[in-house]
Amino acid sequence: MLSAWRRVFAILLKEFIQMRRDRMTFGMMIMVPVIQLTLFGFAINSDPRHLPTLLYLEDNSTEVRSLVAGLENSSYFDIVGQVTDPNIATAKLQSGDVAFVITVPAGFTRDMLRGDKPELLIEADASDPSAASNAVGQIGQIVTSSLKQDLKGEWAPLNATDPPINIVVHRNYNPEGISQYNIVPGLLGVILTMTMIMITSIAMTRETERGNMENLLAMPARPWEVMVGKIVPYVGVGIIQTGIVLLAAYYIFQVPFIGSPWLLALGVGLFIIANLAVGFTFSTIARTQMQAMQMTFFFFLPSLMLSGFMFPFRGMPGWAQAIGQIFPLTHFLRIVRSVMLKGSDFAAMWLQIWPLLIFIAVAMTVAMLRYRSTLD
Amino acid sequence: MDGTSSDLAIDVRGLTKTFGKLTVVNKVDIQMPRGQVWGFLGPNGSGKTTTIRMLCGLLKPDAGEGTCLGYDILKDSREIKNQVGYMTQKFSYWEDLSIRENLEFVANLYELKDKKKVVDQTLATLGLTSRQRQLAGTLSGGWKQRLALAACTLHNPKMLMLDEPTAGVDPQARRDFWDQIHRLSAQGLTVLVSTHYMDEAERCDQIVYIAYGNLMAQGRVQDIIDQSGLYTFIAEGPGVRELMERMRGKDGAEQVAYFGNALHVSGSDLDKLKKLIDNDGDKTGVTWRQERPNLEDVFIHLMDTSVDNSVQQAGA
Repeated sequence: MLSAWRRVFAILLKEFIQMRRDRMTFGMMIMVPVIQLTLFGFAINSDPRHLPTLLYLEDNSTEVRSLVAGLENSSYFDIVGQVTDPNIATAKLQSGDVAFVITVPAGFTRDMLRGDKPELLIEADASDPSAASNAVGQIGQIVTSSLKQDLKGEWAPLNATDPPINIVVHRNYNPEGISQYNIVPGLLGVILTMTMIMITSIAMTRETERGNMENLLAMPARPWEVMVGKIVPYVGVGIIQTGIVLLAAYYIFQVPFIGSPWLLALGVGLFIIANLAVGFTFSTIARTQMQAMQMTFFFFLPSLMLSGFMFPFRGMPGWAQAIGQIFPLTHFLRIVRSVMLKGSDFAAMWLQIWPLLIFIAVAMTVAMLRYRSTLD
Repeated sequence: MDGTSSDLAIDVRGLTKTFGKLTVVNKVDIQMPRGQVWGFLGPNGSGKTTTIRMLCGLLKPDAGEGTCLGYDILKDSREIKNQVGYMTQKFSYWEDLSIRENLEFVANLYELKDKKKVVDQTLATLGLTSRQRQLAGTLSGGWKQRLALAACTLHNPKMLMLDEPTAGVDPQARRDFWDQIHRLSAQGLTVLVSTHYMDEAERCDQIVYIAYGNLMAQGRVQDIIDQSGLYTFIAEGPGVRELMERMRGKDGAEQVAYFGNALHVSGSDLDKLKKLIDNDGDKTGVTWRQERPNLEDVFIHLMDTSVDNSVQQAGA
């Protein structure tokens, strides 16, 4: 029995030595809990506040101003500006610049004081139902309590009844708040990130690990020729995956597709290229397929958490949003959701396209710099 | 076409490569005429692979200069790659491709015309036709070497660099492999082949011996033996088993080693060696004779006298 334990100890000792040698795995063991703790502990918030809100005021009385102040004090709504043209407000909502547009119609105060219960229109970007739902749920109470302070004296009886105004909420782009509408298009981004980075980095690292790379380099193939030749087949894989997800979205989950397929195709194309560039870069760093796999997860996890796929992007603190802006998935999610659910046009999507282009340029440059035509 | 009409296939001076603090190849000069078969010898880790990789443009030398087939090894690595066939030490073709698919891939990379004909011919010459559909990964060691040789000669190179092509291959396959090398050499190819086998070294026109990054000897096998300054006495008979322990470490006996049933005692000082053998008391069952040292004696002698850089630098 004792000798069995000695052998167990011998194996255990060997494992520890190997664990220490494999820096990448060791780093993963330490970094994964740290990153997860940071993300879940500090960054992720399923009750997003400070949502950018635009006002369209046809009535600007003291009562309306205190109503606006009440909304802002609730910490759910951050008033980012006022527009004089409702079309601008709609465009801003469509491009995702703002989460809410609040419209106060003309004669609002007069009608309220008369007891005619005027309508307060709140248009919410409900393409991500979870991001908007809490704020929408709170709005009735916020309005009632902020009006309570203004409606005193002769107007006090108005408070006695139900809210003196009628709150109308329009959940734009996803009126029924169906979460599949948000998740299924988003899944396209998640699936592409996962497979594109993993397949490319592993396919390249396999050549290094098996010694094929030395052979390839001894033959007259230039670095960019190897790069393009190895990447293009996986672009095909990505296109097939996109087809599968989109067909399933349309026919099984009945997700609406309002926007331009060409704009979506452009977004998908750029996104695939961005991920392949990341995978290629990883393959120039990783020495084994295992390391390539680990690096993929190292990139994939924060992408998933900080992109707005799992948790509302606006619920995160500024620093987490800033990190999230780096990941291609963040911008792709906005493109795919906006094009499919909101029918956004190219001008609105340009805000998401240029960060993707910069990402591609940087990742490609790093990949080319790291890729060596020699074995040094 | 060649870069220049020089008679030397390889002409390098001061070739040096360091990895971190370790000097793997230290100021190596090689002048190798075209059309010969040269053996590249040296103990494990002596820098053979690194030297070959520098010669065919896979590694950039830290110092030194020279040409391979008339092309500058620092600047013209693409031309060198086009005209050199390099066979890696470890099998490096695609194991999940068939023999034929591997050859077709190589033919495509070199943009060979008449691809099908070239591949068919190569398969036939190397006796691989019947196995062309077999996956490379399922081949035995000897067949893998054949495939590798077929692939690296497919583009009709002017020079072959073979890095330990026969390591771990059975004697029959080894002999067949050398027949192929001599067949290619007869067609005018220059061949540089690294090996550990002494019998293979003797099949070469010349050999280069490198130990711990330093070039120790270069020339014909006979010349290297003659110039080694080594004297060898051979003891045979039933009493030699005890003799080894008595001879080892004694003044004058620099090397004591068995070859079959005979004990080789070698040293560079003939008088000391003679005295040692004369003074050895018990001569029952032992007969002594002096002979020319063989290549292995000389190599072990060279290896012992060379400074082991790797050990010295690791200790520093």
